[in-house]
Amino acid sequence: MTVVATDETGRATPVVSGYGPSFAEQQPPRNERRSPRRLPRGLRIALGAILPLLLLAAWQVATAFVPAYRLPSPASVVLAGVDLAQRGLLGVHVGISVQRVLLGFAIGAAVGLVLGALIGLSRWADVLLSPTISAFRAVPSLAWVPLIVLYIGLQENGKVAIIAIGALFPVFTTVAGALRHVDRHLVEAGRAFGLRGVSLLAQVQLPAVVPAVVSGLRLALAQSWLFLVAAELLGSSMGLGFLLTDSQYNGRLDRLFLTIILLAVFGKATDAVLGVGERALLKRWT
Amino acid sequence: MTSTTALPVSFRGVGRAFGTARVLRDVDLDVAAGEIVAILGPSGCGKSTLLRSVSGLDAPSEGAVSIAGTAVGPVDQRCAVAFQEPRLLPWRSVEANVALGLPHGTAKEPGRRRVAELLELTGLADAARRRPREISGGMAQRASLARALAREPGVLVLDEPFGALDALTRLRMQDLLLDVHAAVPTTVILVTHDVDEALVLADHVVLLGTDGDLPGATVRRVVRVPGARPRDRGAPELVDLRAELLAGLGVPAHHTAPSTAQLSHQETA
Ligand SMILES: Nc1ncnc2c1ncn2[C@@H]1O[C@H](COP(=O)(O)OP(=O)(O)O)[C@@H](O)[C@H]1O
Ligand SMILES: [Mg+2]
Repeated sequence: MTVVATDETGRATPVVSGYGPSFAEQQPPRNERRSPRRLPRGLRIALGAILPLLLLAAWQVATAFVPAYRLPSPASVVLAGVDLAQRGLLGVHVGISVQRVLLGFAIGAAVGLVLGALIGLSRWADVLLSPTISAFRAVPSLAWVPLIVLYIGLQENGKVAIIAIGALFPVFTTVAGALRHVDRHLVEAGRAFGLRGVSLLAQVQLPAVVPAVVSGLRLALAQSWLFLVAAELLGSSMGLGFLLTDSQYNGRLDRLFLTIILLAVFGKATDAVLGVGERALLKRWT
Repeated sequence: MTSTTALPVSFRGVGRAFGTARVLRDVDLDVAAGEIVAILGPSGCGKSTLLRSVSGLDAPSEGAVSIAGTAVGPVDQRCAVAFQEPRLLPWRSVEANVALGLPHGTAKEPGRRRVAELLELTGLADAARRRPREISGGMAQRASLARALAREPGVLVLDEPFGALDALTRLRMQDLLLDVHAAVPTTVILVTHDVDEALVLADHVVLLGTDGDLPGATVRRVVRVPGARPRDRGAPELVDLRAELLAGLGVPAHHTAPSTAQLSHQETA
């Protein structure tokens, strides 16, 4: 590897130069990240809402031409939701699904973090484990589902395990990759000032990968919702996935639409929470 | 604050090859305790590599470097380093970056005071709370220098510490280094490719470069710089030396006779 020589390339005969001005000192501060033409927040929200509102209107209009058993009206979807809520079922379905997602996500992310850290930091673990893990990763994660169903069953544990697998790989991959690519120069600077082992990890390596970890977590959360639906579609008596299959069998298109919308809302909401955390971190971190 | 003593450094037959590429060979050099030594040499000749062998960030392939008679360990904590690039931790404020240089076990309050003092000295007091990405390249380099100074090491190792600074700031930082050196005894080994800087700062200037057909750079000359610091940048005896060093670097000087009496004080550049 060559040593990065930032200043040398531009100054071919620097020995001659007495006190020539250098570019570096005159660089403007690099803190303006946002594009100056960024729209005001209110306007952005308003503009972003145009298309959904149009779709909603189109949906409403379409119901005039399509029979209700093919396309329920927006109002009937809302009513289906109110109906389920009044019977105390909506909370149950939503609650159990959110619980499964959070549990599976937490377990999968934790295992992914540990594995990723191990492989990203230890050359031995990397050499020993990487080929195996990348072979595992080559398998589309959903392919594990039948195996898990056989081994663990489709009880609560099985569902959480399925979601955990979905969450594991995005976290593992981003963490291992990021740790392996921590700026060598920074690590060396840390070592030069006496940081070693755990203190080096805590003060240089981990902080350096925080942004990557957070984006890995967001990916993992999206995967978790995907695997939740897969697990619940396979067999369950509660949850949003159950609501999907149940509505399909009973021809309740209003509930089917409702569930899809609920999945979108909750998927987006949990992602937004992480997104806020991510922005706060990035502001501090970079 | 720790009261360190300056430590002598010696290179014995130091060589370094990366694979088949030989960078350094047969470097023999003694740096006395408390001395300032400037290393001059063309780009890519192995100056940074030589410095890294002092701090133990790199180990020579042949020979040995020792500080105060004992061999340099892997990452020798008797040294403090300012790298050629600032290498600040981007998630820490400038202040916290400088604090990384404090000797281990420094109590909180003295540490905070020391950092504040260094930020003041390097003209970074106003930037204390800013992140590295919010300051200019020159400010970052000064922060890197402050971080190394915070350690009050036995040996201060500086790799082109003033390279990214504008002309005026560079002069100020040179004076700062001399002030710090006068106040707290430390041995300074610094790389520069500015001959004038070497002449103003150093007790000895070491010219590194290839010699003849042998691969790898070695010490070609060690020049003692006359006069006590602070030195007059235009002193006649320095003009001679400057021409000599520039010639050593392969740059023809634009004035002729080395007889001091005839020399005008023209800059060679
Ligand atoms: N870790 C390394 N591996 C391989 N080659 C290196 C390494 N470090 C430096 N070199 C090579 O050694 C030579 C000298 O580098 P360096 O000491 O940075 O030069 P200088 O600081 O004098 O410009 C360069 O050709 C560089 O490519
Ligand atoms: Mg260098």
